[in-house]
Amino acid sequence: MLFDIFIAPFLDMVDSPAFFVEVVIVGLLTGVMYSLVALGFVLIFKASGVFNFAQGVMVLFAALTLVGLMEHSVPIWLALVLTVAVMVVLAYMVEWLMLRRLVNQEGIVLFMATIGLSFVLQGLGETVWGSNVKPLDIGIPDASFEIYGVLLNEFDIFAAASGAILVAVLAVFFHYTRIGRALRAVADDHQAALSVGIPLKTIWVIVWAVAGIVGLVAGIMWGAKSGVQFSLSLIALKALPVLILGGFTSVPGAIVGGLIIGVGEKIAEIYWGPLVGGAIENWFAYVLALVFLLFRPQGLFGEKIIERV
Amino acid sequence: MLYREAGQFKTSYTADQTVFPILQDRWCMAAIIAVAFSVPLFSSEYMLQAVLIPFLIYALAAIGLNLLTGYCGQLSLGTGAFMMVGGYMTYKLTTSFPEVNILIVFMLAGLCSAFVGLIFGIPSLRIKGFYLAVATLAAQFFLSWLFNKVGWFVNYSPSGSITAPPRELFGILVTGPRASAEVRYLMVLSIVVVMALAAKNLIRGRVGRSWMAIRDMDIAAEIIGIRPVQTKLLAFTISSFYCGVAGAMVVFLWLGSAETEAFDINQSFLVLFMVIIGGLGSILGSFLGAAFITVTPIILTNAPPMFGIHMAIDLQKHIEIMLFGSLIVFFLIVEPKGLARLWQITKEKLRLWPFPY
Amino acid sequence: MKIRTLILAGIAGATGLGAVAASSAMAAGDQFFPMLVYRTGPYAPSGIPVANGFRDYYTLLNKRDGGINGVKVTFEECETEYNTKLGVECYEKLKNGGSTGATMFNPYSTGITYQLIPKAAVDEVPILSMGYGRTAAADGRVFEWVFNFPTTYWSQASAFINYVGLQEGGMDKLKDLKIAHVYHNSAYGKEANPTLEALAAKYGFELTLLAVDHPGQEQKATWLQVRKKRPDWVFMSGWGVMNQVAIKEAAAINFKMDHFVGNWWSGSDADVVPAGKGSIGYKSATFHAPGDGYQVHKDIVKYVYDGDEAKAKGNNIGEVLYNRAVVNAMFGTEAVRTAMGKFGDKAMTGKQVRWGLENLDLTAARLKELGMEGFTLPVKVSCVDHETGGPIAIQQWDGAKWSVVSDWIPTNRAVVRPLVEKAAAAYAAENKITPRTCN
Repeated sequence: MLFDIFIAPFLDMVDSPAFFVEVVIVGLLTGVMYSLVALGFVLIFKASGVFNFAQGVMVLFAALTLVGLMEHSVPIWLALVLTVAVMVVLAYMVEWLMLRRLVNQEGIVLFMATIGLSFVLQGLGETVWGSNVKPLDIGIPDASFEIYGVLLNEFDIFAAASGAILVAVLAVFFHYTRIGRALRAVADDHQAALSVGIPLKTIWVIVWAVAGIVGLVAGIMWGAKSGVQFSLSLIALKALPVLILGGFTSVPGAIVGGLIIGVGEKIAEIYWGPLVGGAIENWFAYVLALVFLLFRPQGLFGEKIIERV
Repeated sequence: MLYREAGQFKTSYTADQTVFPILQDRWCMAAIIAVAFSVPLFSSEYMLQAVLIPFLIYALAAIGLNLLTGYCGQLSLGTGAFMMVGGYMTYKLTTSFPEVNILIVFMLAGLCSAFVGLIFGIPSLRIKGFYLAVATLAAQFFLSWLFNKVGWFVNYSPSGSITAPPRELFGILVTGPRASAEVRYLMVLSIVVVMALAAKNLIRGRVGRSWMAIRDMDIAAEIIGIRPVQTKLLAFTISSFYCGVAGAMVVFLWLGSAETEAFDINQSFLVLFMVIIGGLGSILGSFLGAAFITVTPIILTNAPPMFGIHMAIDLQKHIEIMLFGSLIVFFLIVEPKGLARLWQITKEKLRLWPFPY
Repeated sequence: MKIRTLILAGIAGATGLGAVAASSAMAAGDQFFPMLVYRTGPYAPSGIPVANGFRDYYTLLNKRDGGINGVKVTFEECETEYNTKLGVECYEKLKNGGSTGATMFNPYSTGITYQLIPKAAVDEVPILSMGYGRTAAADGRVFEWVFNFPTTYWSQASAFINYVGLQEGGMDKLKDLKIAHVYHNSAYGKEANPTLEALAAKYGFELTLLAVDHPGQEQKATWLQVRKKRPDWVFMSGWGVMNQVAIKEAAAINFKMDHFVGNWWSGSDADVVPAGKGSIGYKSATFHAPGDGYQVHKDIVKYVYDGDEAKAKGNNIGEVLYNRAVVNAMFGTEAVRTAMGKFGDKAMTGKQVRWGLENLDLTAARLKELGMEGFTLPVKVSCVDHETGGPIAIQQWDGAKWSVVSDWIPTNRAVVRPLVEKAAAAYAAENKITPRTCN
């Protein structure tokens, strides 16, 4: 028994190194996909302190809008533009109807409000576009090829690459633009930001819109695999462990957290899963995140919490 | 006029600290309980089975979560998981020891759940807020995996689902498919009344006050001599006990059978909704919240046909969830402190009524 | 002030509820079919064609034949979102509908079926869980009110092994094979496991069980396992989004698609379309034919859609799950007809319909009259056997449509039936049911 747990899996890894490399690479690629979803959470939490549970449904809503438009034979570039426009309008509506009226409430109230929002968005998306599963094909190649016995899929690599580009763009946006600096100021301290003349409401609209666009990218990547349907909104649950591991407030945290979770859960599932009957990756991701949390209660890259009486 | 405290003098500490210090409240409580127990006389089976039984069970779960989140300030999304432990352990215990009184089995299952809650409460010593909330999700995913995977819990039934076997209490059938809705309702009601009063009692005592101290400022509480480790873990334990009993009732007195999917993450969200909408830190709020969350969807489903509006069923459902979502946001905006707060305001007004000046 | 009025309205609404439940009664003398549907939620893509199939067949009966033997058919949909709790609520709401109560329930969800099985016997409403639900219900002595003909998960798994044997050139070849079962980690997905294990012990093939957790949006690890084990055949018990992702991932690891066989809930049009050309060659089990080329489809287009074929297509006509619902509705209505043969041409009660289901003898000639010749197989139910263990066929996706690619493959009754009886006996013991004797 002890041998099975502590020795055999490692022997297994050494036995077929190519396969182990494949597991790690697949884990990393999957991790980037998780990060894509987690990123939306982080953006909004950073700027407005809202744990936006509707992010999963925003992913669905964005993808549904895109596919729905494409089904009505709108060309893809126009559909993309229109979807982005819809997400911006949505961000504005959220700020106007919800956030503005919930300023200064406790975090948990805001959290609950976003769950309410997720119901509304889910109903709206399905009313407008229907509940059928819609294939999403935007021409990304998805052939598989083998290098040194490691099987890779073009689509996964493409998805990971676009995830990486998105993060890079966001990083530049945050660091070098005027709006980016304002966003960071708001994230640091709402009141101080207000007092130097940063319009909080505009910033919130921008953040929600950006989170919507990130959701659109995540929706395209995940939706291309499974077709666009309700279940798309449930990938939010895969992003939560990434979130606590990386810290709610850190963009790089979301990326690194995603990679750690992706690789960790794949290795656990492949090498230790069969010992206990499999399907352990879902809870293993949380346990992995918990272990990190015990050492750093604010997540890997989260801001240190300083408490005073 | 009717709700006037003038003239009710408290002459001892005991009198001052009773659960319901005001005479009218005591009368009201007694009346409500009496009405609740006589409901089966005049309500239909659908009403009992689809509205009242779930309402009461969720109210108990909401009380459990409220003890943890509302009174002790520890945010948890593990409610569904703790309910699952209660449900599955009741099944395992009662099929292993069929002769043991079913009420005792419920309590034992609650204890199992309390123990599990204790274990999953340990991270709360290091982690706070949303980090803790997400961390408690580990309980959700781990436990549903466990009950799905380990055949021992379900007596090796191939599908892994559990069915409530028939059990009697005082010679009356209370569980299983042949137990009438009335009997099950009365059983649920009795358990909920007793446990709600116990909770009310608990929070006015030493334990409850130390929870509230931790909630309001944990470092300050520590300084005045409240031990955070024991206090937080006790909150997790007792809260999970309540949730566990609620879970046992879900399987045995409401649904009749269940699989792990019946206790998925949405249950945790629903119960958290009840606590927030009802009011954090209020037992009454737990009931109001549970009523709001369980009854609203049923009203929304049944209302359009009642007014003679017939539309496609999927469209109706979509409109229903949109309305439900908007109602929640609306309530949070208008009264973020919850329905219990509304009741408090009403009470203040009643004190003066009909002469407000 | 606004809120208070709102709350008052809420309370008023709540008290009105009892009245609603009672008022759903229909015009007197109708045969009332309750419909538990899921047109929204995570499984809506599967639920929509099923619901449409039922609705269209019932409508067809009314418009073409004026009901069943002159008794008009009424039906009411209740949305469950595939959620067990809502399913139970719908059941309570609909079980007393119509003039004689609900005819029968077709839950189309294994979870809801498990809930309703104990209640059905008490309320005297039969349940027809056609090809899903609790397999042990095939033992009619213990499960008097539950029917799962024409075949069950366990029979299906045994037929799949038979199919593999046929393809490989004999059952004795099985001992050198590796077979993997990729399953939805729920009561439904696990159903086939004990049968596969029993068969693995009997024929000596190596069985790998791979669980996929709900919802199955992310299955990389599962398919890495498949790559590691390199099974010769993969059998899948999937549902919802899990199917689409699994097919996509199987294609991504270059698994031979014609060695990848889904069960009958993993082979609908919605499952293969999103995977694009990767899904070409994918197979699945079925117990009725796909496509809309049968007389019954022509009748539906003519009577229900007034000849509007495009509209019929928009309502999923000819899709796999639509056809399944048509077969299911036909079984139900034929059972009612059988009951009428004994009790007279009026609306049947649940108890009478139960008799009809148990004595259902659907011959090839009758199927032809119904316009379903070759669409599905004849069925004869008996008191002992609520399943009949009918054969299954394998259908294959060619990128545009499903077509049947095998003969009818018999199930392995010798292995399955003892397992069924054992499971039924265990259920009876646990729930203190005395099995009836069938003579």
